[in-house]
Amino acid sequence: MEFGNSGSLSEDGIHLDMDRLKKGEVNLGTSIMAVTFKDGVILGADSRTTTGAYIANRVTDKLTRVHDTIWCCRSGSAADTQAVADIVQYQLGMFAMTNGKPPTTQTAAAIFQEICYANKDRLSAGLIIAGWDERHGGQVYSIPLGGSLHKQTYAIGGSGSTYIYGYCDTHWQEGMEEKEAVEFVKEALKEAIKWDGSSGGVIRMVVLTAKGADRHLYLPDTDYKVRHST
Amino acid sequence: MTSIGTGYDLANSIFSPDGRNFQVEYAVKAVENGGTSIGIRCKDGVVLAVEKVVASKLLKQGANKRIATVDRHLGVVYSGMVPDGRHFVDRSRDEALAWRDTFKTPIPTADLASRMGGYMQAYTLYQSVRPFGITAIVGGFDSELELPVDGEVGSGPAVGAGGKTAGKKHGGPFLYMIEPSGLYWGYYGAAAGKGRQVAKAELEKLDLGGAGELSLEQAVKEAARIIYLSHDDVKDKKFELEMSWISGADGPTKGKHQEVPKALREEAEKEAERLAKKAVEGDDDDDDDDDSDDDKKDGDKMEE
Repeated sequence: MEFGNSGSLSEDGIHLDMDRLKKGEVNLGTSIMAVTFKDGVILGADSRTTTGAYIANRVTDKLTRVHDTIWCCRSGSAADTQAVADIVQYQLGMFAMTNGKPPTTQTAAAIFQEICYANKDRLSAGLIIAGWDERHGGQVYSIPLGGSLHKQTYAIGGSGSTYIYGYCDTHWQEGMEEKEAVEFVKEALKEAIKWDGSSGGVIRMVVLTAKGADRHLYLPDTDYKVRHST
Repeated sequence: MTSIGTGYDLANSIFSPDGRNFQVEYAVKAVENGGTSIGIRCKDGVVLAVEKVVASKLLKQGANKRIATVDRHLGVVYSGMVPDGRHFVDRSRDEALAWRDTFKTPIPTADLASRMGGYMQAYTLYQSVRPFGITAIVGGFDSELELPVDGEVGSGPAVGAGGKTAGKKHGGPFLYMIEPSGLYWGYYGAAAGKGRQVAKAELEKLDLGGAGELSLEQAVKEAARIIYLSHDDVKDKKFELEMSWISGADGPTKGKHQEVPKALREEAEKEAERLAKKAVEGDDDDDDDDDSDDDKKDGDKMEE
């Protein structure tokens, strides 16, 4: 099996990430995002998983639960990100049991970052951690390829995100109502799916508030207009 | 002690038929001979104080600290065998650091108490070890503010985090006492060592507890007074008073565990000395009313 020249720096010191995946590895060529709003946070993602040009799964769920109200959006290698999320889910489960209280989003983000940074040479994982907790409300943390940790009001990621930086910058507002925020995420992802060849399929969302996690599903058949049951 | 010679006190890992672990009870005895240490948890912070017994005139004054800082916001004081206490502090620091490594956030006081309680309990289980000869008092101030994740890039956005549960308070001052058995409880006032009885009686009189109004600065003065009061000038060796305190971010120590400033300590100490002297003189007056022969006999007994 051939490996990419991962982790190497080119002469000018710029990191090249063109050949991160092994040949045939399943890639989440993706559009993902998470935004804070008035009552918490919303995660959103497309559902396309590819192996090269082939769509391996058209209804993937890239929004993964790591605790009741802490979820993550996964982009990069499907295998790597699933493995990392599994580890964090286990750790947070242990945390909740041993400490008798649910972990905070920060705690989750810290554990994610530690794994992503310690194994940066071997992982291709771009993650967005979003969660709601009693103390901090809704929070969004972004962990891009190198394993750094960034607290943000909203975060976008994956190959499709490049097309919607402008859209998000123009349309994101502080303290949106839930309805507005859902609409914002949906419109942004629709745009990303439209322009990005490796994004597509359905739009999935998870709304995290004091009330818990609420899943949304929007299908292309109805032009993403109708909220379907999951 | 009736237990001596029965064989049940020879090892940690053996219970006596009536369900006691004598090794642990002996460890408690070791603590009861140690210099008095106390902790006060008041509305805006925690005070730790210890009667540091000065074993020799050749020791440098004010050196050889007995209260240790375990993390920025955590302090530990102990009564009993000092080397055991030092090891307890070392381990506490390891636990605090390990917590920071995994969770990128300071360890809550309750969690440190839990970890160290578990650690001390493990030393009551095995043939190869003996229990700790200390009772430790752990004080801490868990931040009431939102803390950044350690190593987070930049200060993050000022806006965004919506949906907080309104009116809920987080963090605050906390105080725990851990005994040689590994047993630990949370306290508003804790005392260990030789003068614990006197100290506890005094602590109970303070305005602590849920709606307690005692302020941190008052608590420092009370702590000094209690240590002086619990010290017996006639029977006990000379001592130095050592005190530390922890306030919230808006208080005098800005959330950190620090030694009480010299000026404040000396002021508290002066007043404490005066009050203790007054209390002793008061005792003498009471004694005069009693039968003086009995006093002498009691005094003889203590000399044995």
